[in-house]
Amino acid sequence: MSTNNAAPKKLSIKDNYAMLTRGLGWDTTYQPMDKVFPYDKFEGIKVHDWDKWEDPFRLTMDAYWKYQGEKERKLYAIIDAFQQNNGQFNVTDPRYINALKLFLTGVSPLEYAAHRGFALAGRNFRGAGARIACQMQAIDELRHAQTQVHTISHYNKFFNGFHDFKYMHDRVWYLSVPKSYFEDAMSAGPFEFVTAISFSFEYVLTNLLFMPFMSGAAFNGDMATVTFGFSAQSDESRHMTLGLEVVKFLLEQDPDNVPIIQKWVDKWFWRGYRLLTLVAMMMDYMLPKRIMSWQEAWETYFEKNGGALFHDLERYGIRMPRYHDVAMKEKDRISHEAWGIFYNYTHAAALHTWIPSDDEMKWLGEKYPNTFDKLYRPRLEYWREQQQAGNRFYNNTLPMLCQLCQIPMAFTEPDDPTKICYRESDYLGNKYHFCSDGCKDIFDNEPEKYVQAWLPVHQIYQGNCFEKDADPTAADFNPLAEVMRYYHINVGEDGHEFEDSPDRKNWLRWTGKPSHGGEKTPETGHAEKAT
Amino acid sequence: MSVIALNDGYQGEVKDREENFHGNRLLFIGWEDHLMFCAPHCIPVSPTMTFATLANEVIPGIYSSHPDWDKVAIGEIEWFRSNERFAPEFGRTLGENGLQHKAVIRFRTPGLTGINGSCS
Repeated sequence: MSTNNAAPKKLSIKDNYAMLTRGLGWDTTYQPMDKVFPYDKFEGIKVHDWDKWEDPFRLTMDAYWKYQGEKERKLYAIIDAFQQNNGQFNVTDPRYINALKLFLTGVSPLEYAAHRGFALAGRNFRGAGARIACQMQAIDELRHAQTQVHTISHYNKFFNGFHDFKYMHDRVWYLSVPKSYFEDAMSAGPFEFVTAISFSFEYVLTNLLFMPFMSGAAFNGDMATVTFGFSAQSDESRHMTLGLEVVKFLLEQDPDNVPIIQKWVDKWFWRGYRLLTLVAMMMDYMLPKRIMSWQEAWETYFEKNGGALFHDLERYGIRMPRYHDVAMKEKDRISHEAWGIFYNYTHAAALHTWIPSDDEMKWLGEKYPNTFDKLYRPRLEYWREQQQAGNRFYNNTLPMLCQLCQIPMAFTEPDDPTKICYRESDYLGNKYHFCSDGCKDIFDNEPEKYVQAWLPVHQIYQGNCFEKDADPTAADFNPLAEVMRYYHINVGEDGHEFEDSPDRKNWLRWTGKPSHGGEKTPETGHAEKAT
Repeated sequence: MSVIALNDGYQGEVKDREENFHGNRLLFIGWEDHLMFCAPHCIPVSPTMTFATLANEVIPGIYSSHPDWDKVAIGEIEWFRSNERFAPEFGRTLGENGLQHKAVIRFRTPGLTGINGSCS
């Protein structure tokens, strides 16, 4: 060390980053490295030189804290202003809030899970550069979870269905879809985890979550969501870069890594795509002012942008994810099929559903000329008739779920949108059922893992979804009501038809604005009007 | 293929074993061409239930809210076990009809194609 008293020369960003990620790492000697990092070999990934890891952002911790601190200050200033100005009443109409319920209760726990997952991955990589990148992302994800919880907390003061998101995440049937997706990744090895989340989700598919959702929020006057969206977006670009960097690094390290990565890309493309079904439904049915259809978003963000990405990866020996062609065939149906699920079972959900207005159906017909008028409009019109006759359709028998993605089996054959797609496997004397070849392949590759899926419907029938004081032997035992109590869903408030909802009545009373503001639709139903 | 796991011999617990359903087994039922019911259904059934009970009582209980249901003739239904056509024996039990735990029954009602022919 120099004894010179002159101020030390300030390091360049590049040198600073190099010191942090190379200079501070060392090989252990008291314990063998394999014992200190026991989880980075069993997946079969070979890394010969961790120093080849390059982080294009070269972000150091001091710079990280400075940037993030600034973002936080701006974000909370805007959220404060939103709250003081009752910004929640400036959204297009209260139907929009249901998209928010699904997004905030479905995604926020995933942000927290991502925080845990990246902390774990960071601990398990023996390369210091990768560890630092994972550490920063772990902190980012925690920040995102926090800002979303603040948004939940605000909307919870005015609307139903937000009150117990964390508890519901572990129990409610449709929230098991995002939950099981993430737990699949977290219970894999560290390399599969980063390929799943950083590459397949953040890099390949995240634009389909963020772009439509954040533009949708802006379009529908939801500044709270737009603000956290923008605040998260700058982190997302770093995460996307990490995702691509991880995959390129692994592919360059050893040719034996290529087939392993390809298998993960196939798997996590399909899992992420199935998860995005919920986004498809939000875009086409739940945003009162629509930005683009799911089909258009898929064409832009996957077929075009994703196609270019995989073209670039061809030189490493990576091809397009398997079944991307099936996703293409399904692009004019999945949002309608998903809305069917939620319309059928909305009385068991913490969000409302409704029949689109005539204008909205016209829009759907224009966006989906091959399917909507022929296949989906007739059922929506029938349901509307029934509802107007006081006989709103609810499906009172529980649905069959896909063993893998856990979504009710509503998806149809790739080449026939009128036939449910059934796939099955036999394993150790039991049958397992799937919504698609994509989900079946994932199961068949690792049946030992997926036999333990906590499928909400099966758990109900095993008697595991009742509160401790429930008595299934009692004469007046009502299983559905008891399951709702176990879910912490308040019957008559949180779920069921939007037209009859307290949310809608409160909106009319509090704002004096129409409850279908996105389109010109007369107020129907018996909700009291503003006076 | 088998799982890639940290330890050899990894085997997750089979969560949906038949013995976890208190004497019942699961049966999945789907009505072809009637996707107003968004997905096939899952119900717990006693293995000793006869096929006649299933066809004449249980299935109408699930599907009779559909406008096509009044036109269904139970005797003319085409039955499928998973993807294969089969001829159930109505007087025998589900088990005797080969419907084990987590079996799938699909049924088709010829001539009925849902609301305005939309397969809904």
